[in-house]
Amino acid sequence: MSVIYLVLPLALLLAGAAVGAFMLAVRSGQFDDLDTPPERMVVDDDDVA
Amino acid sequence: MTAVTASIDRRRECDVLCDHCRLPVPTGLVNPLAGHQFCCAGCEAVYEAVTGCGMDDYYRLRDAAGATLVPAQPGEAKFESFDSLGFQQIHVQSAGGLCSVDLFLEGVTCAACLWLIERLPRVVGGVVEARLSLRRATVRVTWQPEKVTLSQIAAVLDRFGYTPHPSRGRAREVAYRTEFRARLVKLGVAGAISGNLMLVGAAMYAGWFGGAGNMAPEYLQLFRIVSLVLGSVCLAWPGSEFFTNAWTACRSRTINLDVPIVLALMAGGLAGTANVFTGRGEVYFDSLSTLVFLLLIGRFLQFRQLRQAESSLDLLLSLMPSNCRVVMEDGQTVDMPAAALTIGSLVEVRPQEFIPADSTITRGRSEVDQALLTGESAHVKVDAGDEVFGGTKNGGGVIWLRVSRVGEESRIGQLMKLLERGLLEKPGIVRFADKVSVWFVLLVSVAALATFVWWARTDLPAAISHAVAMLIVTCPCVLGLATPVTIAMAMGQLARRDVLVKSGSVLERLACGGRLILDKTGTLTTGQMTVVDFVGCPEVWPSISEIERRSNHPVAIALARHRIESERTNGSQSRWDVTERGDGGVSATSPEGAVLIGNRSFLERNGVCGNGAAWGEEIETAEREHEAAGHTVVLVAMDGRTCALIALRDELRSGTGEAIEHLRAAGFRPEICSGDAQGAVDRVASQLGVALVLARGGVSPEGKLSVLRESAGMGVVMVGDGVNDAAALAAAGVGIAVQGGAEAALAAADVYIARPGLEPLIDLVDTARRTMRVIRGNFAISLSYNVLAGGLAACGFMNPLVAAILMPLSSATVLSVAAFAMRGRRSGKNQSGGIR
Repeated sequence: MSVIYLVLPLALLLAGAAVGAFMLAVRSGQFDDLDTPPERMVVDDDDVA
Repeated sequence: MTAVTASIDRRRECDVLCDHCRLPVPTGLVNPLAGHQFCCAGCEAVYEAVTGCGMDDYYRLRDAAGATLVPAQPGEAKFESFDSLGFQQIHVQSAGGLCSVDLFLEGVTCAACLWLIERLPRVVGGVVEARLSLRRATVRVTWQPEKVTLSQIAAVLDRFGYTPHPSRGRAREVAYRTEFRARLVKLGVAGAISGNLMLVGAAMYAGWFGGAGNMAPEYLQLFRIVSLVLGSVCLAWPGSEFFTNAWTACRSRTINLDVPIVLALMAGGLAGTANVFTGRGEVYFDSLSTLVFLLLIGRFLQFRQLRQAESSLDLLLSLMPSNCRVVMEDGQTVDMPAAALTIGSLVEVRPQEFIPADSTITRGRSEVDQALLTGESAHVKVDAGDEVFGGTKNGGGVIWLRVSRVGEESRIGQLMKLLERGLLEKPGIVRFADKVSVWFVLLVSVAALATFVWWARTDLPAAISHAVAMLIVTCPCVLGLATPVTIAMAMGQLARRDVLVKSGSVLERLACGGRLILDKTGTLTTGQMTVVDFVGCPEVWPSISEIERRSNHPVAIALARHRIESERTNGSQSRWDVTERGDGGVSATSPEGAVLIGNRSFLERNGVCGNGAAWGEEIETAEREHEAAGHTVVLVAMDGRTCALIALRDELRSGTGEAIEHLRAAGFRPEICSGDAQGAVDRVASQLGVALVLARGGVSPEGKLSVLRESAGMGVVMVGDGVNDAAALAAAGVGIAVQGGAEAALAAADVYIARPGLEPLIDLVDTARRTMRVIRGNFAISLSYNVLAGGLAACGFMNPLVAAILMPLSSATVLSVAAFAMRGRRSGKNQSGGIR
């Protein structure tokens, strides 16, 4: 059971990394506009036809 | 201002459709020899401009999105002022040799617009990037100032049919974005912590169920310490908002919803910390961080709703005049942004321009249209020495003004502040939650104290633990979460059905019923008028259609179209100076004389007292006949004498009768209020079963306002579409603008319905009623839950596991009730593929 002393901090570290990645994504503005990018994805190619 | 006059139902299968906007081309304009057909010169110009740049894919995309474009206005606007130093200082940001600006664009509808606008760098050399936000209809353009000027860029956008305005809400948008991101980060952190704490909690409860011997005390203590650390982070960072709010409330000696929340957080946090260090009793941190997470979701949704109200205000501001002409000391005029004006500046205002700021006239005389400010459509005559207000429109004369007040001091600034306050007002039901919280705090404190006293007589540690449990489990989570979630769901659902609601309070007011004032033309009827009779000298026809071509009132469109269908040749060459009066008619002047076109009372107000000699009797007889038949009668007066009569008929929309019945059953009393003649209104009223007393015809915009104010205290819902309804829409309890409305009406209304007919109105009312039912139901559920949980805690049956299960369960219950009840019937009527 003493493996918990290693696994628990590791798990928390992993969760911390995910939260950090989320914060980076938010601060770089990826969640600012949720309406336009899906539309842009459809029309972004040059050969639309 | 773009007026979106076209309605989809005006489109018919047999019609030739305009190659730009897909609206029917007037029969007279169809040119069988040409490869492309256009409904107006504006559309043709835009089509040429777009295809000229090799951007033909635009139209393919438009068809793929199934969207209709806004009929283009011929670009006559000049954008030189965009290059002036003052404009650049206010609106343009520059960094690293590049400049960027936010421009609000009129007429942005769908993915095709996005595609075209973001291809700007290929059309205009020197533009580095163009990024459009569909939600805000705002494009951010970045360009190299040494290669191209902003005015050239603006002119290209205008040629594509998107008239640019400098975006006014930039400071607000930046502030919003910062706060939005901060809130999202806090939400994410709280969610991650509460999720992880639940895992830790699961391990502890497993140990608890397995009996004391199953988990070694050192591991148990490890889990408790991890709970303490994570829980403290959650309370101190994402949860700090509740503490600050509650502290602010306490200092101003009031109580809001945050006070009972903080009470629970503090009691749980302190008791939990103490228990971790003493190694006995419960840690509450998993329940507390879940609480913080759920409450933050509610706050986040509320915050986004408020922002929607704010954006509509910014839209209104962006449409306001942005430039003015300042007279320098040497008599030269210089274009400057209106925001750069200072008190004492001398400004020149030309005919039909907006007055940029409150000021006194120093030279010239004119008349001023104050419709935007007061809703009064009658023009006021002004002379040197008179005071005029910013935001009003100059009439015919050139005037020089000395600016006396600017910015927030000015009358329009004050008005905007009022509007802002009204728009940002919290929905009533949320205020109700704040009121309830006073009683809540009182009740919970008394209950917790009673629990403590009762248990303290025998067992002090148990007394503390039970009182704390009582405080935590009765935390008013549902008030902070379920209500905003329900309102947000209702608004999202309506938006998918093309009904845009600007603030949640509208739903509450709509659910109560009350008076429902309907505009006739375009709302109850199709708005597509057809000419049934013409009496008078035929020579005036060309002039009539020439004049009415400039207006977008349904009557005007019918008149202009009829003329085109009947005769295309020998168009009048005279240049008419046309003023749309908004009170029942149009006036126009040319070297040949003055012409008034409008209803009888409009003509009489403007000094037309008798019929012309030649056609007098025929016109009088025809007027009586057609009014009795319920037709709309339009009179034409030349030089103070009526010379012609036109009778038009407007058909009821299909399904209107059923819709009225439905709304009546929902507690509304339908009334009709129209600028049209009494006969026509009566005809519609009798068809719909509306009492004739409640059908008012010949009502001016001021009349509409006074009709609104007749009933104090009773809920008034106003439905309309025109410029003449704008003031009434803003003044009504709920103003609803229907599709095809003028931009001013859209900005003033609380709800915009982007689908023709009354059917969406039924959707709206039904959703509003359902929303309020769900919210009240959730109040009841959460109240009974709190009584139950509080009772358990008082009796000492509340252990941490029961709390940890009951707390999220109550939130889950109210949320699933909301989700289930709000799902309702799915309507397959959403035909527009576009995003608004």
